[in-house]
Amino acid sequence: MNHSVPARKVRVATCSLAGCFGCHMSFLDMDEAIVPLIETIEFDRSPLTDIKTVSQCDIGLVEGGLCNEENREVLHQFRQHCTYLVAVGACAINGGVPAMRNHFSLQECLEESYLNGIGVVDAQIPSDPELPALLPKVTPLQTEVKIDFFLPGCPPPAAAFLELIQAVLENREPQLNYTIRRFD
Amino acid sequence: MARRVAIDPVSRVEGHGKVTLMVDDDNHITEARLHIVEFRGFEKFIQGRPYWELPLVVQRLCGICPVSHHLAAAKAIDQIAGVDQLTEAALALRKLMHFAQVLQSHALHFFHLASPDLLFGFDSDTAKRNIVAVINHHQALALHGVKIRKFGQQVIEAISGKRIHGIAAVPGGMNQPLTAEKIRPFQQQVGDIIDWCDDTVQTVKNLYLRNRPFHDNFGTAPAAFMSLVGPQDQLELYDGELKVVDPEGKTTHRHPCPQYHTLLKEQVKSWSYMKFPFLSNLEPETGWYRVGPLARLNTCSHIDTPKAEQRRQEYINTLGTPVQAPLAYHWSRMIEALHCAEAIKKLLENPALLSDDLLNQGNKRREGVGIIEAPRGTLIHHYRINDDDQVTMANLIVSTTNNNQAMNESIRKVANEHLDGKTLTPELLNLVEVAIRAYDPCLSCATHAAGRMPLELELRESDGKRLQSLLRNSDGNLVHAD
Ligand code: SF4
Repeated sequence: MNHSVPARKVRVATCSLAGCFGCHMSFLDMDEAIVPLIETIEFDRSPLTDIKTVSQCDIGLVEGGLCNEENREVLHQFRQHCTYLVAVGACAINGGVPAMRNHFSLQECLEESYLNGIGVVDAQIPSDPELPALLPKVTPLQTEVKIDFFLPGCPPPAAAFLELIQAVLENREPQLNYTIRRFD
Repeated sequence: MARRVAIDPVSRVEGHGKVTLMVDDDNHITEARLHIVEFRGFEKFIQGRPYWELPLVVQRLCGICPVSHHLAAAKAIDQIAGVDQLTEAALALRKLMHFAQVLQSHALHFFHLASPDLLFGFDSDTAKRNIVAVINHHQALALHGVKIRKFGQQVIEAISGKRIHGIAAVPGGMNQPLTAEKIRPFQQQVGDIIDWCDDTVQTVKNLYLRNRPFHDNFGTAPAAFMSLVGPQDQLELYDGELKVVDPEGKTTHRHPCPQYHTLLKEQVKSWSYMKFPFLSNLEPETGWYRVGPLARLNTCSHIDTPKAEQRRQEYINTLGTPVQAPLAYHWSRMIEALHCAEAIKKLLENPALLSDDLLNQGNKRREGVGIIEAPRGTLIHHYRINDDDQVTMANLIVSTTNNNQAMNESIRKVANEHLDGKTLTPELLNLVEVAIRAYDPCLSCATHAAGRMPLELELRESDGKRLQSLLRNSDGNLVHAD
């Protein structure tokens, strides 16, 4: 296989759905390795750029599960535009901490925050049409679309992201060895 | 007829959101609404969980400042465990971890998210306004940023086992000490970190002063400020009392943390999942305030590390006090980063870091309030438990929520000055984002809660009918979505 610099940069889009941004931060935890990395990849839509909609990409990294209609829309856009769609982290793979709300009804959760909270005035459940409809349950990504790769961990270590990108560059399967395959 | 303009989504801030501008017949913006569109429901779903899980679960509300949530929850459950005073070793470890966290978060915000605006200009090419361009065009500066952040993350990892979502604080203390081997490399690096932070303060100062009248006025809507302060009124990030100064800088409150609920109330609005806190002696419209680095440098009387204090004096002498300009957040943020680096250096010399006297015990209580100064401002965690040690009530007021109304006021100010007739322009979209970004909002925390903030502008009539919409697509061009 040819390991030389590819003729074309690998285009990467990232987004955070019902996640905490920890997976994105872990990606940045590659530290100085970002300097050589940007020789081989370019960013599409990502919280790090001002690009707002996803275009045709090689890799889509999605952090977080699905908690509202907008999350679903964004996920479908990613699926449509990304050759390899990657579920990044415990929330994307299993729902994670946000899915703890599945033990209660959505209504109970909303009432606790906006009606019963300490020192709350004008108690009401936010209902403006600008707010996307919340899903009754928080669900993992693969309930909605086909996922090509899973990066486990909360968050997955920076080395796992680098291995994934390297594998796509080299057109091979990613190898997550024991040290970078985390289940916390 | 009144109209609405919406901007969605806002990029390069940590979180999700959307902005609507309400426009009257004279093209005057009557209200700006930063919508927080996600909801997590933490206050409910944490109920029934054992209280000692709190620091581990709650940090997963935010991967950008997880240590702040970890420690605010830890402070609350110390009280539940009946511990009012930590051992010297536990306190030193927690403070070290916290300084490292504020340092890495401030570095992330400046270098990775905000510096592209300041270095390339608010109206520069979109394709250029990101960290990749900073690396390509200002590599030395970018690398300092990357290394400052790395240093903070490594200190956190040394204490908690992981850079993000580690395990360190337990009720009444900490779970393990540091070792001399772990500390040594930090002692060797910290001098450079201090120098780079000091250089960055100079960079931010120069950028601010390059166009001072514009920066002074940009999004400036005078307000009160709140933060913790130490016993000598010094800048304090881990503990202390709540202090509020009015828009003129006069102290109006010094308030004990456990009674935060008599100081603050929160208003709910139909159009956002983020509540609107205000000072309870005032009304929601008049009682809003600001938190974060800008607030902290306005409430404190000094900083107890020499270089940061020198930089603080220079800042106050240049801008006057209290500083109201949102864009001065960037300058104050880097002064704090310098303070954190200096404080880390001092703490690394503390032999208590190696002690295994890490735990105190006491008599169980039913309630605890933990308040800390997170990178973005005052962070409040409040819990109650039952006889079975299960959480029965949780109330969080996170830093960004404290700035909710302030962000809306700044957006309104900027939009009023730059909305040209009733036509949406790319310039306006950029400027609104710059104003929001100054606050370094973490919408991930804010709704316990939210994520992405990509941006679309919408013009709406008061009945909600969309007239016009503007969106930036993936090649950086703006397109009309309708
Ligand atoms: S997997 Fe963990 S780090 Fe990633 S978004 Fe979820 S809680 Fe955050």
